[in-house]
Amino acid sequence: MKKLLPALLAAGLAFAPLSFARAQDGQEPAQNAASSEEAAAGQDAGAEAAEEGHAETPHYPLKHPEQLSWSFAGPFGHWDVGQLQRGLKVYKEVCSACHGMRLVAFRNLDDLGYSEEQVKAFAAEYTVQDGPNGDGEMFDRPGIPSDYFPSPFPNPEAAAAANNGAAPPDFSLLAKARAVTRGFPTFLFDLGTQYQEAGPDYIHALLTGYGQEPPAAVEPLIQPGTYYNPYFISGPALAMPPPIADDQVEYPDGSPQTVDQYSRDVAAFMMWAAEPHLAERKATGFVAMIFLVVFAGLLFVVKRRVWAGTPH
Amino acid sequence: MSVHDTAEPNRRDFLYIATGAVGAVGALAAVWPFIDQMNPDAATLALAEIDVDVSQVAEGQSITAKWRGKPIFIRHRTAKEVEEAKAVDLGDLKDPVARNANLPADAPATDTNRATGGGAQPAGGEGAGAGEGMSQSREQWLVMVGVCTHLGCIPLGQSGPYDGWFCPCHGSAYDTAGRIRQGPAPENMAIPPYAFTTDTNIRIG
Amino acid sequence: MQWLDARLPLPRLVYDSFVAYPVPRNLNYAYTFGGILALFLGVQILTGVVLAMHYAANSAIAFDSVEKIMRDVNWGWLLRYMHANGASFFFIAVYVHIFRGLYYGSYKAPREILWILGVIIFLLMMATAFMGYVLPWGQMSFWGATVITGFFTAFPLVGDPIQQLLLGGFAVDNATLNRFFSLHYLLPFMIAGVVILHVWALHVTGQTNPTGVEVKSSKDTVPFSPHATVKDGFAMVVFLVFFAYMVFYMPNYLGHADNYVEANPLKTPSHIVPEWYFLPFYAMLRAITFNIGPIDSKLGGVLVMFGSIIVLFFLPWLDTSRIRSTAFRPLYRIFFWILVADSIFLGWLGSQPAEGIYPTLALIGTIYYFGHFLIILPVLGLVETPRRLPGSITEAVLARNAGGGTPAHAAAAPETKG
Repeated sequence: MKKLLPALLAAGLAFAPLSFARAQDGQEPAQNAASSEEAAAGQDAGAEAAEEGHAETPHYPLKHPEQLSWSFAGPFGHWDVGQLQRGLKVYKEVCSACHGMRLVAFRNLDDLGYSEEQVKAFAAEYTVQDGPNGDGEMFDRPGIPSDYFPSPFPNPEAAAAANNGAAPPDFSLLAKARAVTRGFPTFLFDLGTQYQEAGPDYIHALLTGYGQEPPAAVEPLIQPGTYYNPYFISGPALAMPPPIADDQVEYPDGSPQTVDQYSRDVAAFMMWAAEPHLAERKATGFVAMIFLVVFAGLLFVVKRRVWAGTPH
Repeated sequence: MSVHDTAEPNRRDFLYIATGAVGAVGALAAVWPFIDQMNPDAATLALAEIDVDVSQVAEGQSITAKWRGKPIFIRHRTAKEVEEAKAVDLGDLKDPVARNANLPADAPATDTNRATGGGAQPAGGEGAGAGEGMSQSREQWLVMVGVCTHLGCIPLGQSGPYDGWFCPCHGSAYDTAGRIRQGPAPENMAIPPYAFTTDTNIRIG
Repeated sequence: MQWLDARLPLPRLVYDSFVAYPVPRNLNYAYTFGGILALFLGVQILTGVVLAMHYAANSAIAFDSVEKIMRDVNWGWLLRYMHANGASFFFIAVYVHIFRGLYYGSYKAPREILWILGVIIFLLMMATAFMGYVLPWGQMSFWGATVITGFFTAFPLVGDPIQQLLLGGFAVDNATLNRFFSLHYLLPFMIAGVVILHVWALHVTGQTNPTGVEVKSSKDTVPFSPHATVKDGFAMVVFLVFFAYMVFYMPNYLGHADNYVEANPLKTPSHIVPEWYFLPFYAMLRAITFNIGPIDSKLGGVLVMFGSIIVLFFLPWLDTSRIRSTAFRPLYRIFFWILVADSIFLGWLGSQPAEGIYPTLALIGTIYYFGHFLIILPVLGLVETPRRLPGSITEAVLARNAGGGTPAHAAAAPETKG
């Protein structure tokens, strides 16, 4: 009797790890498939798996974003200034018609390699509301570097009213505010690879993901007036029409004027807008890490010395 | 630490000292962000410029603008006030330096140097003659940070024994060029960086 | 110094507590997490006080003020990321600390009060972390606050009035944010107060050690300084290496993207997930999907969740074994590791959507969690045959150094690699 009871308990609990294993197998196939994808080739498989696995209620996004290589990724990440300048141009000429960027000031553009004079001239191209003046009236004036990017709509309600009920989100933080779930076990590997670029990957995937044929299972779910995009994070289709086309923005530096390149550039630019101190952070981190490792090594030697005569 | 010690304790001492030193350096480096965060942030430091329209300010009137959170007195002085200010012997001044951000730090506190902005005027200020050409026509305009140099109160305009400004807090009296003449304040009121961008517009900052 | 000592014996107190204080000579690195926790309490208070200089607790500008810290304040990005990730590392350390206590029987007589004070600190930490997460006023902040204060509505009759009292309104709003900020600033100092009691209680009874055998002579101990100081210091710096890695390279890994969207009371994010350190409790909350007699599923979930921590208070009396260290309890050791796995499993379930098989699995995990404390622990103590205990700490240490590795060391190995 004394031996039996624990044996029973142990037997009953042996099932716990079993069910754990089962849970992992049954986990969303889309995420597992997406985790192994290195290139675009993997994507279609992922999407198909998603459609098979969840025929009744599809999990969004239908396809996982392609993982691109970014200059700001990894421990030595830095900005590609030329790319940010191109992204700014795309934002200014295309996106800013609907999307604001209210947390970014013109003065921040000196990060993009512009001189003080260029920043001043850039700011002056915008009209900023100021006031009240001595008569109590609001008035318009040209922008100055300390101004923030003006939003295209006075408030979210106006933005929604002008855009079929869906307010275009502000760009200031969007690159950090959108991330497709990585799933198990990819999120563990991300710890080692320092993958923090889910936002720009998503933005690029979304911008290049228009114009595909919706699968039959998804088609009835698409609301009229929306545009099918398998990369959209919260539905089969979104209210934004394809925003940009080839050769829409002129690149003075000779970079290819394609939707793909535009999307990369604007996504990088948005990452900068969301995290302007990213490069500085990583550079500081390198020094901090070296210091801590050296200090830990010294302490370890000291610790061994101190404990040398004491078996423990 | 003594030179007579054997090699072993020396090495150990060195190790302990080196570790302690590395730790101290690290602690100091870690403290810096906690102190530096109290300094003015980037938005505050941003090129804060304001434009002030002075077309409505008639002779003998003043307006107050706000720049970097401080009041800027812009006074259209009367001819009499300018004259009074010019008549003062520099030797009578408590603070003989112009305190004008548009001029070198050692420029004397003549009335001309007090009423001189930056920008279009010739730089420099070897004496009263500097910036003569343009400042002559604008010498009636006095632009200064309206903060008493004693402890930061805002002086009252056109009052006190020198017809200039008078600080009600501790009784500092300034003349018509904003120079300290009497009372506990140590310096003339500061002239901010400014320039006339047109005949009726002043850009401060 | 003597002059001061005669009037206020502070130097003597410090000397007795942190210099001459005897610690068992066989403590492994799992025992360094108490010091690491003290360090992180300090880091959190320091960064927090500094952040409060720039943060604005007003629902109209709270989100923007955090972004101002990130963009404009000198080193603001570093301070904020340290504070946010510091909370996570605080919980990593506290979980290791708690499981170390479970493994080596640190809750057993005469250390019941020490253990209970620890559970109180844990509760205060959870309250502090929850309220701190609300302050950035992102979508997750707002909806987390809504969901968690919604717990109270589960109680019949008094539930709704209590929730309104907590929120200062009918929904989470400016009043809620303001009081959360006030309390978030207050609670860490209460934690510090309880920590002092916790350390006091520790120094009255002395530390446990991997053998579970009490200190018998001065041969069993080493002085706190320099032995424990340098070992704790080394462990702290190693822990800081991992902390710095996250702060500088992956500062948003442990957070949620939706919290970079400003709070919108009219739109719930598609998945509401608490911070990772609450996930096991969140899974238990959602595991109860059925009514139990007069208790409906909502109240049941809340009771189970709170119960999962309440049960820890009774741990000293639930464990009937007279052996302190799990190293000498071969059977319990298996159950201990199953409990660890179960907690991680529940945490993973808490991050999954509440659909399909997940609630059922969560229920199994929850039942095991309570079964561990309410059934396995009392029963096992009566039926288990423990290994032979060493005569003293020194005997165990010398035996191991002589070549025969004891289980104590082997079992601790997974935790020591820090």
